Amino acid sequence: MGSDPSLWLALGLMIAFFALAPIWVYPIFLMKVMCFALFACAFNLLIGFGGLLSFGHAMFLGTAGYAAAHAAKAWAWNPELAILFGTVCATGLSFVVGSLAIRRQGIYFAMITLALAQMIYFFCLQAPFTGGEDGIQAVPRGMLFGLFDLRDNHRMYMLVLAIFLAGFLIVWRVVHSPFGQILKAIREHEDRATSLGYDTDRFKLLAFVISGALAGTAGATKSLVFQLASLTDVHWSMSGEVVLMTLLGGMGTLFGPVVGAAVIVTMQNYLAQLGAWVTVVQGVIFVLCVLAFRRGIIGELAHALKRPL
Amino acid sequence: MMKFTNRLKLSLLASAIAVIGATPSQAQISDGVVKIGVLNDMSGLYADITGPGSLIAARMAVEDYMKASGSKLKVEVISADHQNKPDVGSNIARQWFDTEKVDMIADVPTSSVGLAVAKIASDKGKLHVNSGSATADLSGKACNANTIHWAYDTWMLANGTGKAIVKSGGTSWFFLTADYAFGHALERDTEAVVTKNGGKVVGKVRTPFPTQDFSSFLLQAQSSKAKIIGLANAGGDTTNSIKQAAEFGITKGGQNLAGLLVFLPDVHSLGLNIAQGLMLTETFYWDLNDQTRAFSKRFASAHGGKMPSMVQAGVYSSVIHYLKAVDAAKTDDGTKVAAMMKELPTDDPIFGKGSVRADGRKIHPAYLFEVKKPSESKGPYDYYKLVSTIPANEAFRPLSESDCPLVKK
Amino acid sequence: MEIFGIPSQALFGQLLIGLINGSFYALLSLGLAVIFGLLNIINFTHGAQYMLGAFVAWLGMTHLGINYWLALLVTPFLVGATGVLIERAMLKQLYKLDHLYGLLLTFGLALIIQGLFRNEFGSSGMPYPVPDVFKGAINTGFMFLPKYRAWVIVASLVVCLATWYVIERTKLGAYLRAATENPSLVQAFGINVPRMITLTYGFGVGLAALAGVMAAPIYQVNPTMGADLIIVVFAVVVIGGMGSIMGAIVTGFGLGLIEGLTKVFYPEASATVIFVIMTIVLLIKPAGLFGTQK
Repeated sequence: MGSDPSLWLALGLMIAFFALAPIWVYPIFLMKVMCFALFACAFNLLIGFGGLLSFGHAMFLGTAGYAAAHAAKAWAWNPELAILFGTVCATGLSFVVGSLAIRRQGIYFAMITLALAQMIYFFCLQAPFTGGEDGIQAVPRGMLFGLFDLRDNHRMYMLVLAIFLAGFLIVWRVVHSPFGQILKAIREHEDRATSLGYDTDRFKLLAFVISGALAGTAGATKSLVFQLASLTDVHWSMSGEVVLMTLLGGMGTLFGPVVGAAVIVTMQNYLAQLGAWVTVVQGVIFVLCVLAFRRGIIGELAHALKRPL
Repeated sequence: MMKFTNRLKLSLLASAIAVIGATPSQAQISDGVVKIGVLNDMSGLYADITGPGSLIAARMAVEDYMKASGSKLKVEVISADHQNKPDVGSNIARQWFDTEKVDMIADVPTSSVGLAVAKIASDKGKLHVNSGSATADLSGKACNANTIHWAYDTWMLANGTGKAIVKSGGTSWFFLTADYAFGHALERDTEAVVTKNGGKVVGKVRTPFPTQDFSSFLLQAQSSKAKIIGLANAGGDTTNSIKQAAEFGITKGGQNLAGLLVFLPDVHSLGLNIAQGLMLTETFYWDLNDQTRAFSKRFASAHGGKMPSMVQAGVYSSVIHYLKAVDAAKTDDGTKVAAMMKELPTDDPIFGKGSVRADGRKIHPAYLFEVKKPSESKGPYDYYKLVSTIPANEAFRPLSESDCPLVKK
Repeated sequence: MEIFGIPSQALFGQLLIGLINGSFYALLSLGLAVIFGLLNIINFTHGAQYMLGAFVAWLGMTHLGINYWLALLVTPFLVGATGVLIERAMLKQLYKLDHLYGLLLTFGLALIIQGLFRNEFGSSGMPYPVPDVFKGAINTGFMFLPKYRAWVIVASLVVCLATWYVIERTKLGAYLRAATENPSLVQAFGINVPRMITLTYGFGVGLAALAGVMAAPIYQVNPTMGADLIIVVFAVVVIGGMGSIMGAIVTGFGLGLIEGLTKVFYPEASATVIFVIMTIVLLIKPAGLFGTQK
């Protein structure tokens, strides 16, 4: 595990925040933040630590969301099985997509992921089971392990918190493992890593699959929280949003994506009455981050404190 | 946790107030205020058909009702933009019901959002009176005791436009269908009506949703030589296909377009040059009679001179009936008010006399219109000529054919 | 006579329409290819700039009475000027960084521009009339071809070929191509490389705006008209080869034809066929059909 005390402190703060916040803040809103935070963490694993910009990551969020929703509604599976099923689907998809995309680098990699994500979008639009524009609605939350009725928002919250922390810790573990180190080496200079004898393609594919799987978990959980799986989750603007969250929070930091997701989701919620201004604000944040704030919120904080975050 | 104790405190407080301050005929209104939320598309595809206009209509309805009835209710109206997305819409609905004490959600265009809000209202025992969504499933297989479907629906559109057109000679049809659930449903319903009345569907093409360029699909429609080209789409798809049909000389070549979901603001933005001859069905038009004219002029003066659409007028009508039911039932509990809305007959300047059925479907007459030629129009918004009236008991799906679980068979 | 079960008349009609769509794909991907090929900038704002072109033409018509022909001339310069501003103020700072930052910046700019216009003008779309000289249709025997659409095909072919000629066959173009390969050396020869880059970006943007003006009478002028188109155009550029001008032109027209055929035989797939092709091309020949590996 990472040895820097600042990481442990930050982890403690984050857990405390999410454990206590539902007392004052609407729990469904917090669950939304956690799901997107997990999504952004998964995405950050790929871009921040692997140096691979996927411009179609929504396909994993959305596909898992549809899969879990279908399992919970049409097959009446328990929630833990539905989420697992969603994750498995996303994992399979990310293996296929990753195998195709890894063959190319840089902008071509991003373009392949975008193209494949568009194909998934159109598939979801037309496949009968996804309900097209309606989405899959009235998804039952079900009984966790057959025992706990998840219609109670507080029980659902505890489940989501557990899933989010588990996913976060997986990312933490991956980043601080030898695998994570090699991944960073590949990001810095792929040819050098190859010359050291590492099969860089295998590492990149594994990172891609882990990232896709966790994004799937986030998506599957989200569709149970909101009891809805819709096309928004596979649209390319969702892929753009996760890039924004990660960029704003801080690429390559552990806590950056969580903060970025929290900021963007909060902004969307409270600026919702302003309609299209939300898009403008998001665009402005993109531009400002790229020009003047490349390290992102947590990145700047980490830089100022001279500690990893 | 806190939410429970909060609710406990509030209900203790409320009961204390009720006991101390209540007179025997006081209504049991939660939190003392009847709060109505107008949820619709404020800035996108349907902003002109619903949008800020619906909010104006709702506020007018509250004012008019309070003045006419002398009611002692305290009513508040808020609004939000669901951007035509079911996830955004259901989030807002949930938050409104859970934390902002909203009692009734009105309007809600875009069927996918309407269905989601209906379910949430049912789960929480609140009320949803929908004027904007098209899907007939809201009073069909997705019906519930907390949802009322006002203004119009796909069955009425298919039956109104489809049947009337076939009977007037449009016996061969070619469909341009937006390739998503709503488009398929509209096509399916209209096809059923066409074949039942002796017509024939000679072809159909699914257009990706949304599409900007219909030239290739229109060409296929043209070569099919069908008398009628049915547009099973909405919003930008409809206006685009109509515009491009004009370019390719479709109507000049003898084929007619049937707009299966077209609103007055759509015709306004297309202009009569392009839209002339289009046949469509609506349940409201500002120039129908003295009552609708009076209402519409008042509405237009508050809405920048724009005449109300069928949906906006529906919001007005539904809010008035809702408040009437709240007063009569002496409560704003969603399930009870919904039952009362079905008990009381309706009467307003929009739809005249009507009623709400057991499946939640509001009944009123529908009208088949044809868009005027530019030479026939006397001014802006003078766009429709009445072709025929469909009486209320024929305009909507009969209860005997309904698949609503509330309807006992 | 029937080909594969479709009457040949209908087929030719569809191919002709495909060619019209292809003209827009070609014009737009030309601008993108110029910008990426010569400047290594991924211009995600291209769709928004296309929309700007249409809106400037519409605004000019409604408020200043500027007709189509004047708009066709003036709009590319106006919008191109905004492109120059963007390049000067923002893009310049990103050249030394990873290309992906340029992508993110232009993506953000696209969101801003589209959001602002949506706020101001809503989403319903504004009508723009076809210029009088092109009103009406030509009866080609197998279909009625609106005269305006015939003009679009001709005009875009002319513009595309002219651009290709300038870049590949003239001295100016040679300077530009040299400057991309080795800026410092070309600068040493006394040529103002940064200015050339700025003007080239402006030119690419101007091409997008030109496409926008030409699109205005066909599609409704609305703030979202570029948003979904941009991804398709990117696919075209990638298939053609991101540095290749001729690749963008040929692929643009070619894709229009293929889409037209798909609409006849299997319409549900017409939106996806481009991405399938792009994936295949990327796997077999990643530099694109006409591109050279960089």
